[in-house]
Amino acid sequence: MKNCEYQQIDPQALATPTPTPTPTPAPTPSARACPEKKPRRPQRKWEVFPGKNRFYCDGRIIVARQSGVLPLTLGLILVTSGLFFIFDCPFLVKHLTGFIPVIGGVLFVFVVISLLQTSFTDPGILPRATPEEAADIEKQIDNPTGSSSSYRPPPRTKEVVINQQVVKLKYCFTCKIFRPPRTSHCSLCDNCVERFDHHCPWVGNCVGKRNYRFFYTFIVSLSFLTAFIFGCVTTHLALRSQGGNGLVFALQESPASALELVVCFFSVWSILGLSGFHTYLLAANLTTNEDIKGSWSGKSGNEETGNPYSYNSIFKNCCSVLCGPMPPSLIDRRGFVPSEDGAEIGPAEIELPAAKNDVNMCTQGTKGLLETATRSPFLSSPCPQAKSQAIPPPALDALPSITPSPSPSPSPGPGPGPGPALEQTKVSRERPAATTPHRHHSHHRSRSKRTAQQGHNPGHASNPPASPGPRRSHSSRSRKDSKTRDPKFTPLH
Amino acid sequence: MTTSLFQLLLLHSASLANKVFIQRDYSEGTVCKFQTKFPSELDSRIEKTLFEDTVKTLNNYYAEAEKIGGHSYLEGCLACITAYLIFLCMETRYEKVLKKISRYIQEQNEKIYAPRGLLITDPIERGMRVVSFHTMSPMTISNTSDSYGRIKRWTFL
Repeated sequence: MKNCEYQQIDPQALATPTPTPTPTPAPTPSARACPEKKPRRPQRKWEVFPGKNRFYCDGRIIVARQSGVLPLTLGLILVTSGLFFIFDCPFLVKHLTGFIPVIGGVLFVFVVISLLQTSFTDPGILPRATPEEAADIEKQIDNPTGSSSSYRPPPRTKEVVINQQVVKLKYCFTCKIFRPPRTSHCSLCDNCVERFDHHCPWVGNCVGKRNYRFFYTFIVSLSFLTAFIFGCVTTHLALRSQGGNGLVFALQESPASALELVVCFFSVWSILGLSGFHTYLLAANLTTNEDIKGSWSGKSGNEETGNPYSYNSIFKNCCSVLCGPMPPSLIDRRGFVPSEDGAEIGPAEIELPAAKNDVNMCTQGTKGLLETATRSPFLSSPCPQAKSQAIPPPALDALPSITPSPSPSPSPGPGPGPGPALEQTKVSRERPAATTPHRHHSHHRSRSKRTAQQGHNPGHASNPPASPGPRRSHSSRSRKDSKTRDPKFTPLH
Repeated sequence: MTTSLFQLLLLHSASLANKVFIQRDYSEGTVCKFQTKFPSELDSRIEKTLFEDTVKTLNNYYAEAEKIGGHSYLEGCLACITAYLIFLCMETRYEKVLKKISRYIQEQNEKIYAPRGLLITDPIERGMRVVSFHTMSPMTISNTSDSYGRIKRWTFL
């Protein structure tokens, strides 16, 4: 597979094109499928996904690259609940009521299901821009005069007016799009996520537009569950220690209850606090990201700011997020990457990861139309010269100006020259480097951008955010949680 | 083979040069809505009113999909009660509207855009960021049949 994918084309090699492309990687022009290539199984789009996610069950399940402490979360919940059902429930059923395990069971099921849904659902990842879109956006951005290609252009922003409020949309250099409002780029997952709330290590995934309701259900039901277990265990121990036996005796008789008590005692404060905080965010139609950055809190004396997304009604705000329509996943994980003949031009390199997807999405979208259009006339044409003459001049005129290799060979015509060079030079327009190492250069650039931002993080983490009380009442666990979340909220994003 | 490499690159270069993107309009927030401003590149290809009709209809469809009203509340509450498990079994309203949209786009392509040498791609394939119009060269169209049914012979030059 890899040996037949598009590799960087050496302009020198194009001057003397080989009749049969060899399967060795760059710099041979191996963009066209190798004649000796054996038919490969069609790939699904998740297999070529550019972000740092992992996929299971053939693309049905998506998680972040680092699962964080999801196993710990799941383990704690399962162990504590298991101990409760095994050791505390029999006593309580005998002495109180049989509803206790039923209620506990329902809460437990809710917690586990919503946790798994939060972890395994696409949070609202935006697919990266296709090369054509990126080029179109580049054209629209005014390039300041005199900006040579020797340094990275300044961060690009675009202003839009939303409900009489000016909102700045930032350009994402990784995804090559202007981020829609409320979208942020998660550096852990390397994706832009719509309505980005935070990256939660406890669930091992980002929390965004599509899985916020699952996350909220999870923390609310978990706070009920921990409070319920805490209450039941306390009642159990109290009942056992009645009759002058004492608490120590009760603990000796039921040691598991001691463990549950400790876990629930520390959990209930942090989880209850987190639920309260997110209930506040829901009521105000805010995200954690916006709250931490103080986007709408009227910072620096700007009295004009107010949340433009709020419906100014607590009920409507809550309902719009929790009961609103479920948006679809935009990344089409299980769609097939179209076959390479004629359509797949994008290289497997890092800085143009969407190139393949783009052409693939293009052909897949208007399925029979584009695929057959690209295949049949090209493959059946006996005369490339005739085809080259059929090219309208503007299509070719636009290209030679950015061709690094100006010497086309007679037989293929001027086509091959501009084509692959276009691919290289489009990238090199943004990230100037020699043509050969530009791939690595841009990769390092995006990497260094990320590390630079994470280098800013301690500064952000050390400044306590100016936000309301509920979060400060969290225990150390969720304080750690918010600190681990903070690094994602760098201003550049 | 040189022939196929050349053709491949031709397609690529042509596809880069002949796409027009209609961006999102965020003036009403994060709802999905596309700008109705008529791009100058399509000036010679299609009438402004037809273009605006298409984009406005698409915007209406998306507004219908994202409408927060009785139906969405019912769906949301039912989902909440079942711990959101019904999303695994049931097709959501949004998905139903997306199917309507792709049928509408196909119909528009057949009736209006293909005869004029244009092709719209469904925004869902671009992450709902843009509506893209592919332009085809008149020379190529004239060499092929008029009918959209024989679109297999069209190329994008």
